[in-house]
Amino acid sequence: MAKIKGAIVVDTERCKGCNLCVVACPTDVIALNKLVNGKGFNPAFPENHGACIACMSCSLVCPDMCITVYRYKPQKETV
Amino acid sequence: MEEIKLMKGNEAFAEAVIREGVDAYFGYPITPQSEVIEYLMLEEPYKRTGMVVLQAESEIGAIHMVYGAAGAGKKAVTSSSSPGISLKQEGISYMAGSELPCVMLNVVRGGPGLGTIQPSQADYFQTVKGGGHGDYKLIVLAPASVQEMADFVEDGFKMAFKYRTPVMLLSDGLIGQMMEKVQLKPQKARLSNEEIREKYGSWATIGHKPEERTIITSLELKSERQEKHNHKLQAKYREIEKKEVRLEKFNCENADYLLVAYGSSARICQKTIQLGKEKGINIGLIRPITLWPFPSDEINKAADKVKGVLSVELSAGQMVDDVRLAVNGKVPVEHYGRFGGMIHSPDEVLEALEKNFIK
Amino acid sequence: MSENITPEEIIKKGTLVFEKTKLMTDAHLSYCPGCGHGVAHRITMEVLEEMGVGDQAIGIAPVGCSVLAYDFMNIDMQQAAHGRAPAVATGIKRLYPEKYVFTYQGDGDLAAIGTNETIHACNRGENIVIIFVNNGIYGMTGGQMAPTTLEGMVSSTSPYGRDLGMTGHPIKITEMLAMLPGVCYATRHAVHKPGLVRKTKKAIKKAFENQRDKKGTSIIEIVSNCNSGWKMTPVKSNEWLEENMLPVFPLGDIKG
Ligand SMILES: Cc1ncc(C[n+]2csc(CCOP(=O)(O)OP(=O)(O)O)c2C)c(N)n1
Ligand code: SF4
Ligand code: SF4
Ligand code: SF4
Repeated sequence: MAKIKGAIVVDTERCKGCNLCVVACPTDVIALNKLVNGKGFNPAFPENHGACIACMSCSLVCPDMCITVYRYKPQKETV
Repeated sequence: MEEIKLMKGNEAFAEAVIREGVDAYFGYPITPQSEVIEYLMLEEPYKRTGMVVLQAESEIGAIHMVYGAAGAGKKAVTSSSSPGISLKQEGISYMAGSELPCVMLNVVRGGPGLGTIQPSQADYFQTVKGGGHGDYKLIVLAPASVQEMADFVEDGFKMAFKYRTPVMLLSDGLIGQMMEKVQLKPQKARLSNEEIREKYGSWATIGHKPEERTIITSLELKSERQEKHNHKLQAKYREIEKKEVRLEKFNCENADYLLVAYGSSARICQKTIQLGKEKGINIGLIRPITLWPFPSDEINKAADKVKGVLSVELSAGQMVDDVRLAVNGKVPVEHYGRFGGMIHSPDEVLEALEKNFIK
Repeated sequence: MSENITPEEIIKKGTLVFEKTKLMTDAHLSYCPGCGHGVAHRITMEVLEEMGVGDQAIGIAPVGCSVLAYDFMNIDMQQAAHGRAPAVATGIKRLYPEKYVFTYQGDGDLAAIGTNETIHACNRGENIVIIFVNNGIYGMTGGQMAPTTLEGMVSSTSPYGRDLGMTGHPIKITEMLAMLPGVCYATRHAVHKPGLVRKTKKAIKKAFENQRDKKGTSIIEIVSNCNSGWKMTPVKSNEWLEENMLPVFPLGDIKG
């Protein structure tokens, strides 16, 4: 069975760079950007996006509702 | 159905609250007004009209229950006496700030501190000048009879909802405890939730979709916006001052001296007018019915025709400040009153008037 | 080929599994980075959305960091005086028994200034939900000692650490409230890890279901961080919470 794949979208302007999503991600997808956002925070971004498994850990712990998660089941495509 | 009954002032208030179609009463026992909640518990208005009656854990609890109910567009009432009213000040200030309507009753007793349980008018400053924190005003009605203890419930709610502001009935142990004949109005129906949605749904928290949602708050972190909100409140208060002043005049036509007194003290002063007549002293009386807005203009006009004005209160002299402002130096203004639970007699008032202005 | 699908394609073709609930406004939260209030707000609103009762809910946020909750929770809200939310909730719920009424209180609010209102609302078994965020400190006013501050914990009013002899013990108010017959459900949770967030949300859902079924008062304590007040980074504060708060405030159901 093909593995579930995921992708996230970070609302960079909402992000406060708290790092909680980085710590929560089991597959080390997320990192903080060196460039700051409009509020002066280093926002999260999916540095290692291909590793995302759509587990939602990041979005669950994000206090600022910055992260949207998408899930994709590869086998669907092959049907 | 209208009804004539012999009742205590506190009971008449409670019965009028039911008949007004009030949705909830929240209170905490304290002498001399415990009859209000006792009467309501005995009457079981939840069976008559569906009205909620709840004995709260404290006066603080009670006033904040009123806040919640009023914020949801309901007609809510609380009552207490002086020490309890002190505790309610936080909630009263929040209600004024959040522009919430309610009717409250203070059956004043002697203070400061625990004081006495006897009648007093020493809570005038607290009620009329603020009491709680911030720039706000309460509409204050001062009943002088058992009949008015009942009637002012309806009058109070009309103004409370018209202006979205809390209204206080400032009574005292005398009016609260005495028995008189009272004509009770027919039962009004309570508003249904649908009617409340229609009338007050634009501001009341009754459950809305996000696009229409309502918020009850007195918080404003930005000073400019807080100032704007205060201006709005002040504009409302100026309108109330223009439209809602109420007073009663006795024998003012050709009076040489003027008494100003409210509530039970005004009843005593009516007798003083008669005693004066017997002695050839022509005395008039102005009874402010609204202590705020205060009948300053009428008192100012009346001062033109008299030699002196005596403010007669069951306190060390509180309303006299407002009388002095109203008279504005035209003639001497003095205060007389017994306090701490003592009640002046009509003779004592006459004697004080003579001592101040005649002898 | 499917193994090599790009994130952009996943976003286009995949299913959306998580986004901000519509019952949170688009306003950016005023809380400090990493503060647990945000998660607690969100999952409360998610529950109301999932139950389809957002337009029948009335929330009460008293004074505390979450006093501005009404800017973020996209439902009817009343702001209450410090500590008085349970009384305000009583006033609403008694008149609208069919609505979903909840308070959202901090530890200073619920366990100090509002203890009286809280205990008596619970004792009357008011059919409401109490969301109680315990961060062991007064966040809003700048990190003073709270009734839940731990022994030896430094705050701006216990600069040498909380001295139990002087100021008493961290109060376990949820355990106290659980003793009251009016309380049908008392439980303690946390939101600093994904699994814990899921559990807390489940508890909140159960609480609102209790309200729907008229079972009495439900109280959900959420042990949370206050990284500003604790003067730690968000990640560090969550570790500190695990090591120090949870032994004193253990997670799990206390009643119901
Ligand atoms: C009557 C009153 N006293 C004090 C305050 C100041 N005050 C505001 S919030 C707060 C403490 C809040 O702490 P908590 O309830 O734990 O919430 P947090 O801010 O930590 O989320 C205090 C003391 C107030 N607003 N009103
Ligand atoms: S969804 Fe899971 S795997 Fe993907 S970024 Fe978030 S935490 Fe990491
Ligand atoms: S948890 Fe949210 S706010 Fe914090 S860094 Fe990640 S995306 Fe930004
Ligand atoms: S002060 Fe503490 S509780 Fe308040 S928002 Fe900041 S971290 Fe959260």
